[in-house]
Amino acid sequence: KENTDPQRTAFLLRKKWTLYSVTPLYRFSEGRLKDYSRMLSAFIAAERQKGLAVEVGVEPDIKVAVSSLPDLKGSEKDQAAILVQLSTRSSAYTKNSEEKLLWSGWFCCVAGDDLSENLPEDFTCLPLFLVNGAECYTSTVGSWFQKTFDCCFRRLAISPLNLSWMAAMWTGCKVDKAASAMELVFSVPRLSQPLDISYAIHPEDAKALWDTVQKTPGEITQEEVDVFMDCLYSHFHRHFKIHLSATKLVKVSTAIASAHCDGIIKFLRSQYLTGVLMLLTELAISQIQ
Amino acid sequence: MQRRQISKSPEQSVQVHHKSQTDLSAWRKGGRTDSEKSVQNHQSHHDQENESNQDSLEQALSYFEKVQGYVSLKKNSVLQKHLTAVESIALQRGLPPEGFDVLLKVALSGKFADTVNTRLLKSLIPASVVPESAVVSAVSWLCASKCSSNVQLLFVRWLITMFDFIDHKEQLRALYGFFFFFLQEEKMCPYVCHLLYLLTRKENVKPFRIRRLLDLQAKMGMQSHLQALLSLYKTFCPELVTITLPRKTKTYFKNSEGPWKAAINTVRQRNQGNSPVSQLLFLGTAQPQSRKRKWNSQLVIPACSTNQDNLEEDRAENRVDLYSMNKSFPVEQLQTFSQLLQYIHHLEFPSQMGSVLTNPLLLHYMNCVKDESIYLRLYYWMGQTLQEECTWCVAENNRHEEEFKDFLETVYKTECFLQEGFSSCEEFLYKSLPLWDGFCCQSQILRLVSWIPLSSFTEMKSHLYDPLAQLFFTSSLYFKCSVLESLKGLLQNWLHWHVVHLDSESDSELCSLNTTLSEQVNMVAELIHFVGWISTAALRLENNHGFLLYFILDFYETVCDMYLGYNLPLLIMPPAGVFYPALLSMDSVSLNQLCYIMYRYRANLVAAKENEQSKKKILQFKFSSQTYKEYNQYITAMVGCLWTSSAFQNDIHPQGLRMDDELLKKTTVQEFKTSFNIVNHPAMMGYAALFLQQAWPGDTTFNFSLIKGRKWNWYLEYLYTQGLKGLKVFIESSINRVSQSSHSKAGNVQV
Repeated sequence: KENTDPQRTAFLLRKKWTLYSVTPLYRFSEGRLKDYSRMLSAFIAAERQKGLAVEVGVEPDIKVAVSSLPDLKGSEKDQAAILVQLSTRSSAYTKNSEEKLLWSGWFCCVAGDDLSENLPEDFTCLPLFLVNGAECYTSTVGSWFQKTFDCCFRRLAISPLNLSWMAAMWTGCKVDKAASAMELVFSVPRLSQPLDISYAIHPEDAKALWDTVQKTPGEITQEEVDVFMDCLYSHFHRHFKIHLSATKLVKVSTAIASAHCDGIIKFLRSQYLTGVLMLLTELAISQIQ
Repeated sequence: MQRRQISKSPEQSVQVHHKSQTDLSAWRKGGRTDSEKSVQNHQSHHDQENESNQDSLEQALSYFEKVQGYVSLKKNSVLQKHLTAVESIALQRGLPPEGFDVLLKVALSGKFADTVNTRLLKSLIPASVVPESAVVSAVSWLCASKCSSNVQLLFVRWLITMFDFIDHKEQLRALYGFFFFFLQEEKMCPYVCHLLYLLTRKENVKPFRIRRLLDLQAKMGMQSHLQALLSLYKTFCPELVTITLPRKTKTYFKNSEGPWKAAINTVRQRNQGNSPVSQLLFLGTAQPQSRKRKWNSQLVIPACSTNQDNLEEDRAENRVDLYSMNKSFPVEQLQTFSQLLQYIHHLEFPSQMGSVLTNPLLLHYMNCVKDESIYLRLYYWMGQTLQEECTWCVAENNRHEEEFKDFLETVYKTECFLQEGFSSCEEFLYKSLPLWDGFCCQSQILRLVSWIPLSSFTEMKSHLYDPLAQLFFTSSLYFKCSVLESLKGLLQNWLHWHVVHLDSESDSELCSLNTTLSEQVNMVAELIHFVGWISTAALRLENNHGFLLYFILDFYETVCDMYLGYNLPLLIMPPAGVFYPALLSMDSVSLNQLCYIMYRYRANLVAAKENEQSKKKILQFKFSSQTYKEYNQYITAMVGCLWTSSAFQNDIHPQGLRMDDELLKKTTVQEFKTSFNIVNHPAMMGYAALFLQQAWPGDTTFNFSLIKGRKWNWYLEYLYTQGLKGLKVFIESSINRVSQSSHSKAGNVQV
């Protein structure tokens, strides 16, 4: 149903992405991505040389590529996603200068009309930023964007309430092949030793349960989500005499994606990529406003 | 000479940051005269602590300067004392530039044992810079070889680490040959190579030096430090260095900064810690990351800098008209008000709007430029920063309370400067007040409350009043007074805003604020009713505390003058729960304040009535008859109490003092009728006693009933001279004294 070419976004799958919310970028221009690559590259080089003692010795070059990902859009009004990739060329020893991807991050906005509608034209709305790679590069790239486009980054945590929404929504999605189990991880608060409870459910059972809960297809209410989770909790209680409602939901994994409350997400199916991103965009926007 | 210089330098490092924002003359980066005083006040406790440090440092330096002959550490307690002083100060605050000459000289001249020399060298941490002259003279001591090779080695390592702190390097570069000579010492060779690597310029590359390096390499084998120097030589003069060098990606030199790195960081942090702005001014970079947990949540107000992106764009587009007038003026260079005036049309806002907070000149500019994007950029930045750094909303933030406090303080000062509240700050308050403990950053938060804008926002009750009331009732007397103070500020800011916009509205229709006058009046009324309610309750909770009453009446001093003072068609009387405690208060300050307030109510109500009657303009708003009725009830009670001694009969307020004679007789109080007049009132009795003492010296019976007739008038005059100005204007305006000789005939004036 989505018009994305799965090939072009395949590299986003099966990686852990750390989520950030980003306030609108001031005077960002999609036509100048090449310039931005060059400027960011110079900034990274300058950052690495900064320090108290003089840095000596040649470090491997870092290549910066800033490009556009036009496939990741919810509607025509959305800004095309922007991908930033840092890779290294260790050409010193090996002659076949193989590029190794060091870090990648992308800004995106899927159905972010709430925010973009009221913005003056100087501002670009890309409220969701996803990162895979070392924190030091996130810091450098983030600082450059902050300095250049006067925007603010904040870690985007996912509340247990939103995790339960994800659990319900993703349970209802159709998956063609034999899907992996749905897993919910709960953490028990106020213990001296951390205690996590993992609750795995066969995807077909979960789907069957959800189908009895959901009244109108294509529409989900908070009440339905609550009923769905309560059913799972009471089932668990019947067997283990543990009230999961007293614990904190920290992680949801399904065949569609897996999400952690710390704001980490892993996409697993390309056909549901934009759907998941739409939800995340909404969360990011609510954190900004 | 030396003394003065030494004592000045720490001030120099702080003076830039503590400028009063509203004082324009203080805003000059180099101008130290204006701000020095205020800086000193600001820093006074800091300075006192430093002063003793400075004294001991000066003593130590003069000791080291004068010390003669070889001195042993073990037997010399004076040396021990001074050495410890130097070490502790250096590690805490760093040494002033003047200290290096003395200490380097003594450390390299071999007067002391190596342990002393090592300790001295290790404590050579600059507070700001290392003067080149000190380094040059130290090199001459190094060449004199008076010290051991270990000390020499440590000195070279120190030099490498401090290389960037040396203020000039020209003379040092002239000593290139001397350093090169030290290559032959095997132990020092790696470090000397590093130093030469830092010093080398093209003109230093000479064939004989290349030969020497190649010889050394032949002797010692392939050493990375030699290769580094050779490859640098090759970069400068490829024609002279013909050997092939492996292209290495590994670092060439050993880390030489070991003993000093931690200390440099400490000193830097400490010297910058005073203000979040300073580090940016000095280094132009964000603070070291170790201080904070996350890269993107450093509470740093960004440095003021031109957007590099714009510069690039300009370069690309405007290459042709490089000399034209359109060139924008870089904000970094903006330092004086006259510059602002001169370049106001060529000024561009900094790349990060947050930086205007600490730059009054740009705030002036911001006031002139009405551009939505400016406010939007600031809105996002401030909103996100406040939420991310809020110490009670984000659990792990509580370690950073001081920083957050400073930030809130800066935001508040900016609001005062701009004379308007930020909407991001307003939203932050609404979000965070329900979670606030009323303690953390108390004065900052309460002051920010007073800048909540008067807007059409109608949710004040649930967002502001409810959470504030909860804290108010459960907190200390001091907190209650602070809240009242803050709400008074809020009321005044709203009234000022109203006056300003009333003026601009009559000028033009530009005022695009979608708040109508009636909405504004309703919001102000809601605030006043809220304060009336919490005041009534607080007076009961705190047993009519005089201090609290002062803050409440202070609030009403603004309320009673809204019509005449701010042109707002609204007057609200204080509730009985405030009026009567003030009227029967035990201290004259409250009573006097109440008299003044009632006098101003009268003036405002009379003016309103006149306006209404003359019907010069059709008034959109009329004071309700209820307000006049309430005023008249209060004034009857007041005059009955203070003047006609008929409070218990005349008071018609439902919550008033009216009591049956029968009941009053049961109290067995003699002459209850006069017990609250200006002579017998508990707040006034002290004056009456003093007056009696002066009028009838020697009489110790304190017969207050003597004050009547002509004496009554004298007594009034006496009270006026005692500073009871409120009482004076009240009596003069509200009491119609038919006969000057008889107070009993006097009546009260009603409006």
